Amino acid sequence: MSVTPNVTMTFSEEQGMLLDVARGFVRDQAPMDVIRAQLETETGFDPALWQSMVDMGWAGIALPDSVGGAGMGVGSAVPVFESLGGGLLGTPLLSTTLAGQLIWRAAGEAAASWLTRLCSGEVGALALLDHADWGAANCGVSLGSDGCLNGRKCFVADAGVADVFVVVANDNGETILAIVEASSLSSDALSHNVVIDLTKRSANVDFTGVAPVEILRGDRVASALRDTLLLGALLTASETTGAAALCLSGITDYLKTRKQFGKLIGSYQALKHPTVDIYVGMENARSFIYHGASVVDDDPLSEDAETACRMAKVAADEVMVFAGDRSVQFHGGFGFTWDCDSTLFIRRAQWAQQMFGGAIHHRKRLAALLLDS
Amino acid sequence: MSESKAALQAFKSEVAAWMAENVPSDPGFLLPLTFLEVGTEQQLDFLREWQHKLWQAGFLGMHWPTEYGGQGADSAYQFIVDKELGRHRAPIIFNTIGLNWVGPLLLDMGTEAEKSKYIKNILSAEEIWCQGFSEPDHGSDLGAVQTRAVKEGDEYVVNGSKIWTTLGNYADHMILLARTNTKTERKYDGLSFFLSPMKVAGVEAHPIRKVTGEYGFNQTFFTDARIPASCLMGEEGGGWTVAMKTLEYERGVTAGQASAYWGVAVQVDDMIDELSAIEQDGEPLLSDPIVRDDLVGFMMEAKALSLSARRMAIPALGTDYPMGLALSVKYRGTEYERRMKHYTASKQGAQSALYVGDDDAVSGGFWQRAYFSNFGATIGGGTTQVQANIVAEHVLGLPK
Repeated sequence: MSVTPNVTMTFSEEQGMLLDVARGFVRDQAPMDVIRAQLETETGFDPALWQSMVDMGWAGIALPDSVGGAGMGVGSAVPVFESLGGGLLGTPLLSTTLAGQLIWRAAGEAAASWLTRLCSGEVGALALLDHADWGAANCGVSLGSDGCLNGRKCFVADAGVADVFVVVANDNGETILAIVEASSLSSDALSHNVVIDLTKRSANVDFTGVAPVEILRGDRVASALRDTLLLGALLTASETTGAAALCLSGITDYLKTRKQFGKLIGSYQALKHPTVDIYVGMENARSFIYHGASVVDDDPLSEDAETACRMAKVAADEVMVFAGDRSVQFHGGFGFTWDCDSTLFIRRAQWAQQMFGGAIHHRKRLAALLLDS
Repeated sequence: MSESKAALQAFKSEVAAWMAENVPSDPGFLLPLTFLEVGTEQQLDFLREWQHKLWQAGFLGMHWPTEYGGQGADSAYQFIVDKELGRHRAPIIFNTIGLNWVGPLLLDMGTEAEKSKYIKNILSAEEIWCQGFSEPDHGSDLGAVQTRAVKEGDEYVVNGSKIWTTLGNYADHMILLARTNTKTERKYDGLSFFLSPMKVAGVEAHPIRKVTGEYGFNQTFFTDARIPASCLMGEEGGGWTVAMKTLEYERGVTAGQASAYWGVAVQVDDMIDELSAIEQDGEPLLSDPIVRDDLVGFMMEAKALSLSARRMAIPALGTDYPMGLALSVKYRGTEYERRMKHYTASKQGAQSALYVGDDDAVSGGFWQRAYFSNFGATIGGGTTQVQANIVAEHVLGLPK
């Protein structure tokens, strides 16, 4: 029983370049006015920007080159998502990456045709939740003897722009993955959610009567599903860590320029010390996500990898929730307004903290992993 | 200089074998948990002999130059020694102020004469060092120190008082920050730094008893104490720069220390081992969901500290705050340890109320004593609150 020995952290020159490119892209192509222009649009992102990301190979960043991916290892998605979070840039990359992981881990190269489509920029979506519980089996949608699905999925991220859905379902009690073309959905299948994070989109999707084009089943489905949820936690944590760093720089900029009672407000320890705690929390989260990046691979995730993904999610959520909350408060009356970016941060925090399971979900599982072995 | 893995592995085996033979067994009296708690002659003699033995075996000052008694190797070797000391539950290496602050400082900024005179005796424990920075009225606000040093001929006459002088009653030398000029525009420019003898007339160290019930530090009084003018390190009025450099070594911001094994290391695994033997409501404490959640929190903090230390070695994974991880080490680490020790001391049912000396105390009252002792780390070397200001101002660029 020991938690600390595995402190693996590797970062290749290639990954370093990827981090630089991704940061530069977000800084140059997605400044805050570009993000804000999309807050109340239907899709929440600029298709031209998405196409640039696809052109750089990011849609296949986590997949091997044999199926059209970048072949840099799944951990290479971490610097990309950290960078996207660092500009609050939405896009369907998270959904597409995770749909790709689920298919790849369940079927491997046998599913190359689907994976190639995702790598070339078609949007994938993960239809997972039957209801609000990330910890449930979520197999309520069933495959009928007529070859059609019956049931609906909730809170499907990027459903509105998806080309391909991977639906977690059951066939007489066996967990299966049903691949559904968006074109086969009925026109009223989607009911859009009002999402708290204005840079994110999701919908409830009714798959009743829809015939999947392919069913993935077999031994690998269960571990593929488990690992995709863990990778979802790690990549959301990466995005959240980037967002927390951006939120922190917004707070420090304000504390360095805003004066009250004749003094810069950053000189007051009541504001200074919590800001230091945001900084420390952000650095901790950053250490966890890059540790996670170093211990995940294409094989079923090890216990150390599971620990890393769960700890990354807990650490990132914790700092983002605190940072977003304090950002509103520390900006005073302005912080309370729509025009202050604190609005975006506190909303991102609230969205991120539930994705792929909240703190209690992961901490409970960490306790079992680390205390019961 | 990078060392091959095989060479380091061979060295590790050599150290482990030596320690299996030479780490002293329980002397039958209480040993200090950290260098801050050396309170009896018996402890002093024991620890002095142990450090001398380690040095003679060639396992101390691994990366210090051979001409001053070091081993002239890579710092990775010292890291291995320190780790093995912890693994063998060895007594602490106590001449810490010399080994970790004065030694690296002299190697960095000292003259050839100063290096030759002092460094070897620090390693061999023949000479013990203490630090005279804090004063009764000036702890964290170090720039305001008032102890006066007035030059008379080839001597300085020192008057005033220093406090929290760890090892002061046993020390041969003190790194002394004193005011040589009261008329400077900036308070910092009136300070000078001395390598000052302790065993001279007019210097008296009075032991102070601590929360733990133990001794270890002192209030040191200077009454017309005359020290040679050659004890001045650097320029008169240049003491602040030297003192700040010393604090970098003290706080672990800058590397070069001869042994990090200045206290009994307590890991999160020790905490879990201890708590796994305890019952609550007739069931194992570790089956309580709230306790389990608390422990996950501690394990995450421990892991974050180790991972961040690892990440510091990968420059491409630095953030927009280049010195941030180094400057926040003390802030992050010492508070975590205080809370972890307190938690373990508090989850022992009625035994939580027992202290060192009671046969029924859990692990002899180790956790209660360790919790109290840990305030030495959260207060000494600049309090947690001052560390937060340092991170805010020097890392995040917030105004003073």
